[in-house]
Amino acid sequence: MNLDPPYDFPPYRSTALRHPTRPLVPMAPGPVETSGPLLGGGRVRPGDHDLTRQGGGEPLGERINVSGRILDAAGRPVRGQLVEMWQANAAGRYHHRVDQHPAPIDPNFAGAGRCLTDDEGRYRFVTVLPGPYPWGNHPNAWRPAHLHFSVFGTAFAERLVTQMYFPGDPLQAHDPIFHGVRDPKARQRMIAALDWATTEDSFALGYHFDLVVSGRLATPTES
Amino acid sequence: MSTDWERYGIAPQRSALPEPTGPTPSQTVGPYYEIGMSWMGAEGEQLVPPDSPGAIRLGGRVLDGNGDPVPDAVLELWHPEVGWGRSLVDATGTYRFSVATVPYYALDVFARGTLQRLATRVYLPPADDGDELLAGLEPDRRATLVAVEADGGLRHDIRLQGEGETVFLVW
Repeated sequence: MNLDPPYDFPPYRSTALRHPTRPLVPMAPGPVETSGPLLGGGRVRPGDHDLTRQGGGEPLGERINVSGRILDAAGRPVRGQLVEMWQANAAGRYHHRVDQHPAPIDPNFAGAGRCLTDDEGRYRFVTVLPGPYPWGNHPNAWRPAHLHFSVFGTAFAERLVTQMYFPGDPLQAHDPIFHGVRDPKARQRMIAALDWATTEDSFALGYHFDLVVSGRLATPTES
Repeated sequence: MSTDWERYGIAPQRSALPEPTGPTPSQTVGPYYEIGMSWMGAEGEQLVPPDSPGAIRLGGRVLDGNGDPVPDAVLELWHPEVGWGRSLVDATGTYRFSVATVPYYALDVFARGTLQRLATRVYLPPADDGDELLAGLEPDRRATLVAVEADGGLRHDIRLQGEGETVFLVW
């Protein structure tokens, strides 16, 4: 089964006018696709990984530590590379003009962070648990809680934008975007694990989420 | 007095975390990518400074299957000898870059309504007909990958669907 979601996926209505109708053209990636930018030093300031310290006070919500590794298809760490993350606040509202969900904006939460991976490919964010929120896809459409991740490998071909979900969220079973990934095992790879090692007593829960950037350069092993 | 947690099997466990079992699937960038992806500002669009010798303006619109502008898309451009850039389209679906002359750039389109990136290339005119990818395409399809000269710069519209649909790539 194909790893990545189809472009044409009727349950997610916005795909209707935005999917190619001609077959994708297969090609061997050239030197431009097999190389890629290293978006490292100078692009991230100390503290950019901590979304709870970007306002005048602390944001509302359950404080969480989110960490993991960026790996390539061979399991090698992606080192010194940019990781971008953005999300809704604890009430399920994005700090964005387009978001009209009548849940409160948190003046202390902008909802975006950045960091660089270390020599073992590790990244880390401190933030608050995002709330679920309704969207206009169908009646009673609610997105499960999620974080948006934008990560880079060492090749342009490995570029990945995805979403991280939380374990045990009943909304996942009803979400067209989550289910755009047709392989149930692959869907599970978008769900973080509760992580006692990064849970801080009396302070914050930890979640662990590894990202593997294959860039379709390697054949998925899933059947 | 401390509790014999092990007896009840509910203790916080520092057990080994699951190792990844395969590639992480893609998900849509959604409508709110600006929150996380706009921090570079206009500099993100400048693979080369616009006032540098040889700099070229490259821009165009992203259009959907009705020919309507897509106002929530982000484009990323890359060439190893020039660099990397990102442009968030405006309300009219228009993107813009400042680039240098190379045969082509790799180009990704991310948007609300696309569950994974749309990978393509943009060739700078005059494109080399002997290029391996271009040579394998019918002329009308080939044309969707080649920018055209306009207003002292280069124009390249991306059509996600339908008439003149841009060639998208898979490898």
